[in-house]
Amino acid sequence: MAEEILRTEHLNVGYGQHVVVNDVEIKAFAGQIQTLIGPNGAGKSTILKTLIRQIAPLSGKVYLRNADVYTLSEKQIAQQVSVVLTTRPNVELMTCRDIVCSGRYPFTGSLGILSAKDQEIVDESMELVRVSDLAEKDFNNISDGQRQRVMLARAICQQPRLLIMDEPTSFLDIKHKLDFLYLLGNLVKSRQIAVILSLHELEFAQRFSDTIYCVDNNVIDRAGSPEEIFQGDYIEKLYKVEHGTYNVLFGGIETGAVTGIPRVLVLGGGGQGIPVYRKLQRMGVPFAAGVLSESDVDYPVAKTLASAVVTVPAFAAVTPSSAEKAIELLDGCGKLICACESFGPQNEENKRILDYARSHNMLVEKESMENAFKRS
Amino acid sequence: MEKRRIRYTTCFIALGICLLVLLVLNCMIGSSRIGISTVLNALFHPAAGETATGIIWNIRLPRLLTAALLGGALAVAGFLLQTFFGNPIVGPFVLGISSGAKLTVALTMIFFLSRGIVMGSLALIFAAFLGSLLSMGAILLVSNRLHSVAMLVLCGVMIGYICSAITDIVVAFADDSNIVNLHNWSMGSFSGMDWSGVKVCTVVVLAGFACAFLLSKPISAFQLGEDYARNMGVNIKRFRVQLILLSSILSATVTAYAGPISFVGIAVPHLIKNLFGTTKPLIVIPGCFLGGGMFCLLCDLIARTMFAPAELSISSVTAVFGVPVVIWMLLTRQKKKN
Repeated sequence: MAEEILRTEHLNVGYGQHVVVNDVEIKAFAGQIQTLIGPNGAGKSTILKTLIRQIAPLSGKVYLRNADVYTLSEKQIAQQVSVVLTTRPNVELMTCRDIVCSGRYPFTGSLGILSAKDQEIVDESMELVRVSDLAEKDFNNISDGQRQRVMLARAICQQPRLLIMDEPTSFLDIKHKLDFLYLLGNLVKSRQIAVILSLHELEFAQRFSDTIYCVDNNVIDRAGSPEEIFQGDYIEKLYKVEHGTYNVLFGGIETGAVTGIPRVLVLGGGGQGIPVYRKLQRMGVPFAAGVLSESDVDYPVAKTLASAVVTVPAFAAVTPSSAEKAIELLDGCGKLICACESFGPQNEENKRILDYARSHNMLVEKESMENAFKRS
Repeated sequence: MEKRRIRYTTCFIALGICLLVLLVLNCMIGSSRIGISTVLNALFHPAAGETATGIIWNIRLPRLLTAALLGGALAVAGFLLQTFFGNPIVGPFVLGISSGAKLTVALTMIFFLSRGIVMGSLALIFAAFLGSLLSMGAILLVSNRLHSVAMLVLCGVMIGYICSAITDIVVAFADDSNIVNLHNWSMGSFSGMDWSGVKVCTVVVLAGFACAFLLSKPISAFQLGEDYARNMGVNIKRFRVQLILLSSILSATVTAYAGPISFVGIAVPHLIKNLFGTTKPLIVIPGCFLGGGMFCLLCDLIARTMFAPAELSISSVTAVFGVPVVIWMLLTRQKKKN
């Protein structure tokens, strides 16, 4: 069992008389990432602010390695806990190295002068987070991605047992989000740091967390491993998603289906159907999805976007009877789009549907979808 | 790292030399010109009974020493306030803190003078300190509600105007005999300093400077913002109180001796930060102290000699030099934002 670094007991967080989250029970372990997720305004930041003593708890206790944090001195806490906050430091004439150096603050003497050893730790931290080349650059003249990495180097340089981060990836593009979390993941393991962070990006929360805490309705609604949290339609409920669905397997969103009588049948399979489904959805054209095995990649998307789906069980070949059903639908709407490039033993029967459409002049080319379904 | 150390050292040496040159110039130039050899002679042999020695030791030295010390104090006070508010465009003058001190000093002076009691330096400093704290309190009340620095500065200027207006009224109703002195002082001037004043001023200012220097570490943490500073182990409440008390006592001392002096508190820290290329308080605080001293020596030299025998108020000269710096700063900040 990993070492427990932080534990809260019956912690109520909020401002003044106003309780934002009740009865918070969070535990952080060395070498693990604890992630808070939940809708905007649920109180993720309020919890984090309480943990770093930015606001006082309304009641309850926070224990840092079994010591009540309110019995520890500022310095004792600073030597164990470092932070990366959402607010960007408003500094002038400071190089990135200066910023990282500030992480050594709790370990320096009364004038804050860094020893040779401190300097070494600074260099090493910058190396680890791969920002050494930014050392002499002005902190105000680097990109958001670089800035966040510098702030991480700063936090690492503080040699914390616990690292707390409030939405560290919010302003980064996809590459930098991945880079940042990947780096973090490695650091956490190699240095055995306990991490508590809040994330908006569910797909990252699912992949990088050891434990996820879902904050909603003034409580921690659920806590558990990513596998326990990303199950069924819990995420949609947590975020009260109305217009669309969250695909827990792909970690991606789909917008809601266009309802109505299908105007076209799409022959899909092997992932080739998805772009066509999405395009039709954007154009506002209700459609039916043609015979798909329930284990097909296209299937979950077709299920959320199409107004009708003809299916066969997982790993089964398309049967003549299901093809008949599809042809029935096709007769109803009079148009077919074929997203499949090739046919094999599994979807032999789909080819029959295509031939049928061709002979009845019902085939619409993928490229001419716009013209075929112009809004009238 | 090496490069930086060289830059810091060169800048400090240059500032030191400039300060020395200005000190000597201030000894030489005045209503009667004194040659450099006489000045040096007088400085090293104070007992010699020449007129020049008298002028230097009784008039010029006390005046230039207070100008240098108070200029330094003002620049450091400005830097502390800028740290407190997290913005380089605030200073003791624009926030109305100098004017608050001016008001309480004028009131106590008139009160005691009308009863025939001459106030000592410490009592004046204390009165000014109270006034500074009152203005500071008003500013803090306002700053809790306003979250824009422009509004904060505007309020500071308003508070300054109110305090100045009341001071003017009080001065207008004061006894004739007091008015001349009081009027000069309330416009800002380094004239009429004596050695007993210099002694008190030196002790207070150097103590304030030392305290500010010892706050270098939390100031450097605070530059990253309050939340990061707290995480680095700074006791924020205590630190804020220290900043307020220290900047108030420093600017109060200036006002008690020389009246309100404008823009030194903003212009000098900005010049020093850019000269050294850093905001590290360990460097900037001593830099500001030297730079403020230089700035006020230069301005006082001009104030004394430009239209001699008439003397300009020190504030008009510091404004002429300080305001362009402040405008330059505003413009470059705007450019950075875009």
